[in-house]
Amino acid sequence: MTDSVLVQAFIYLAAAVLGVPLAKRLGLGSVLGYLLSGVIIGPFALGLVGGEGHSVMHFAEFGVVMMLFLVGLELRPAILWQLRRPILGLGGLQVAGTTVAVAAAALALGVAWRPALAIGMILAMSSTAIVLQSLAEKGQLKSPGGQSAFSILLFQDISVIPILAVFPLLATSAAQTAAKDAGHPGWLQALMVLGAVIGLIAAGRYIVRPAFRLLAQTRLREVFTAATLFLVVGIALLMQLVGLSPALGTFLAGVVLAESEYRHELESDLEPFKGLLLGLFFISVGAQIDFAIVGDRPAVIAGLVTAVVAGKLAVLYALGRGFGLDRPSRWLLAFSLSQVGEFAFVLLSFGVSSKVFGSELASPLVAVVALSMVTTPLLLILLERVILPRVTSTAQRPADHITHQDEAVVIAGFGRFGQVVGRLLRANQIPSTVLDLDPNMVELLGRLGIKVHYGDAARPELLHAAGCDKARLFVLAVDDVEASTRIAEHVHRAYPHLKILARARNRAHYYALRHAGVQHIFRETMGSALEMAAETLHQLGVRAYTAQRMTAAWRRHDERALQELESLWGGDAGVYFAQARSMLQETERLMRAENPEVFREVEAEWDNDSLRDEVLEAVRAAGAPQPAAETPPAPETQPAAETQPAASPSAAPTPPE
Amino acid sequence: MRRMSFARRVLVQLAHPVLERSRVNRRLIAAVRDLPGVTLHDLYERYPAFDIDVRREQALLLEHDVIVFQHPFYWYSTPAILKEWQDLVLEHGWAYGKGGTRLHGKLTCNAITTGGPATAYQHDGRNRFTMRELLAPWDQTAFLCGMRFLAPLVVHGSFRLGSDEDVAPHAELYRRALLALRDDTLDLSRAQQASYLQDALPPAPSSTPATAAKEQP
Repeated sequence: MTDSVLVQAFIYLAAAVLGVPLAKRLGLGSVLGYLLSGVIIGPFALGLVGGEGHSVMHFAEFGVVMMLFLVGLELRPAILWQLRRPILGLGGLQVAGTTVAVAAAALALGVAWRPALAIGMILAMSSTAIVLQSLAEKGQLKSPGGQSAFSILLFQDISVIPILAVFPLLATSAAQTAAKDAGHPGWLQALMVLGAVIGLIAAGRYIVRPAFRLLAQTRLREVFTAATLFLVVGIALLMQLVGLSPALGTFLAGVVLAESEYRHELESDLEPFKGLLLGLFFISVGAQIDFAIVGDRPAVIAGLVTAVVAGKLAVLYALGRGFGLDRPSRWLLAFSLSQVGEFAFVLLSFGVSSKVFGSELASPLVAVVALSMVTTPLLLILLERVILPRVTSTAQRPADHITHQDEAVVIAGFGRFGQVVGRLLRANQIPSTVLDLDPNMVELLGRLGIKVHYGDAARPELLHAAGCDKARLFVLAVDDVEASTRIAEHVHRAYPHLKILARARNRAHYYALRHAGVQHIFRETMGSALEMAAETLHQLGVRAYTAQRMTAAWRRHDERALQELESLWGGDAGVYFAQARSMLQETERLMRAENPEVFREVEAEWDNDSLRDEVLEAVRAAGAPQPAAETPPAPETQPAAETQPAASPSAAPTPPE
Repeated sequence: MRRMSFARRVLVQLAHPVLERSRVNRRLIAAVRDLPGVTLHDLYERYPAFDIDVRREQALLLEHDVIVFQHPFYWYSTPAILKEWQDLVLEHGWAYGKGGTRLHGKLTCNAITTGGPATAYQHDGRNRFTMRELLAPWDQTAFLCGMRFLAPLVVHGSFRLGSDEDVAPHAELYRRALLALRDDTLDLSRAQQASYLQDALPPAPSSTPATAAKEQP
């Protein structure tokens, strides 16, 4: 048993590892890669996987659940509310319109009205997995077309509930058998659903967040990951219990947690699971396509697939037009949602068991559904290469996007240092995404109404989730030297466009950051030490402005020395070498290097002694007594000021005694 | 108390980046530092990083009736911080423009030290323009803000003033000028017309102080 599980895992993973990169390289997208891999390892090609495909698919459907949870995390309730019109209007009309169209076609083909209606509803569904995955891959999720597609998918997910309820009523003969399945009277069912939803929202607010805080305090990443999975699985089970779609339930939970400080952490925890499961799902869809049926009546199946896809496409295009989408968005919407969704598999088998229709109708339809899924990646390629270039040439500006404001600044580390940066930005209404690893800090700031996300900024997935690909600046303010250097290296490599501003602990760290490619480095105690030095001078009686200038001059000198010394620290070995060097030695060397020449500039700029001497010298040379000042001596061609900022102080000779 | 006892409250806005090395301004300040009814505000000391607190500066202006800008003459103008001060503090809608009447009726003048002698600041002199001409931007700024711009008090030839004794007569003159402004003993229309403020001062009680210009005929 264990062996066979391992062998299966090996086969599926091999299919993914070999098929997907190949498909991507050929420009086919990952979804098609998975599907084709599935076909190849399936019973009709290599036959490496067989009967268990169905159960694998059930298991893999959990990837869809996770995906909707993740989608929910991205959607704050406010944004969801903004989408109410497309969800209800666009989604409602799509489901209704497609149902009617398909049912009418089925009637015309001689199917009785009840099964025809049921088939209409089944084929109205689109594949959340394929659509979201494809759109995300193309970066289209937040475009107007992508948002509309998402709205429709959401409505479809909701409408699965009433569809499941209606099916038994459509049963031709033994209608009663399935009606029992629901188990509860309608009102109780409704009450349970309502209770579950309210419970979900309340739990999200009052239980999950404190629980995650506690877990975060343990600082055990795997426990946090386990808790995340536990949460999603639990919600899915609860939803199944009350008869809601698990995907819908987890989506809701995601929305509730979208405002939480653990959002990014949850995202990065689930991302790999979701990806793997979705891949598995696509592979099993591919493996499930029954080529025996296709082989029996290839023309019929091909005709059905074409008709279904074309029909759905037409309805979607008309709706996109009706809802005022511009032409590229309309095409994107129509092409992306033209397949039939994974839920059709469930509904088809439910339809058979509820005796809505027989398996002689269902089996070819399963093949049609699976094949329609394969068409989507192909259609999207067609869209991208052929249609979009034509329709966009009309240079129509896309309608206003419903996108999130992607923050321009990511701040990693919100301790004493990062806080100052963050608060200053906040005071100036510059939104930033903040990451911090200390749950107590995250909680405290949360209470103060500052949005801080919990998570280890050294994790690449978290950096991605925080929006590093879209941000402009990365403020690296974590206090751990090792982590800081690692993050700098990763960010510089993975997001070359992102400008990094880094806090350096000490010289060694400074050089390490330089080595990592950071341009803007701030030695953490330098600023305050200089301020203190300036105030010390001030307290000694030096004028504030002069103290300021002395400090600034010294700082320039020190920065120069720092940079000149960089070569001494050497390339890769530099960091180690720097750390090995004793502090004392370093201090001594720096102190010895101190040079009073630094301040010559400060003095010289305001030094009017030279000018004054020049004036008096000229007076003396002229042999004139003091009153001769009436006729101004030559040097005063320069603006006669008491003290004056001479352009080139060095031009004036050192004043004689 | 200051408020009650004097006809006008005087604010001296001092701008000197290296006062510690100054010969004349330092002594001028020493001569007026303790005058009751006169507030001394040392801009470079207060705002070493040019981080001028606009609200604070405006409040200070409102508390006084005479604003004296004391500074060395750098490149025929003021040291940098005074320009920054003007740019920030004299806000539209506050100092000028619609509703900008907060400075109306106040008196203002410059107290300046120059390296060159008075003769340099004449049409046939090295600097080609008179002090009043060179101060036209300040004149017009005051006008726009509804203030009365008085002739500048100028200490010319500061290079040749090295000792306490050299500067003493100028310091005394400065002190008398501030007192006259404070106590309203100045002929204001004369002070507005004159080339130098010292020309409009009421005669000194004892010794006759001279301006730098007329020091050595």
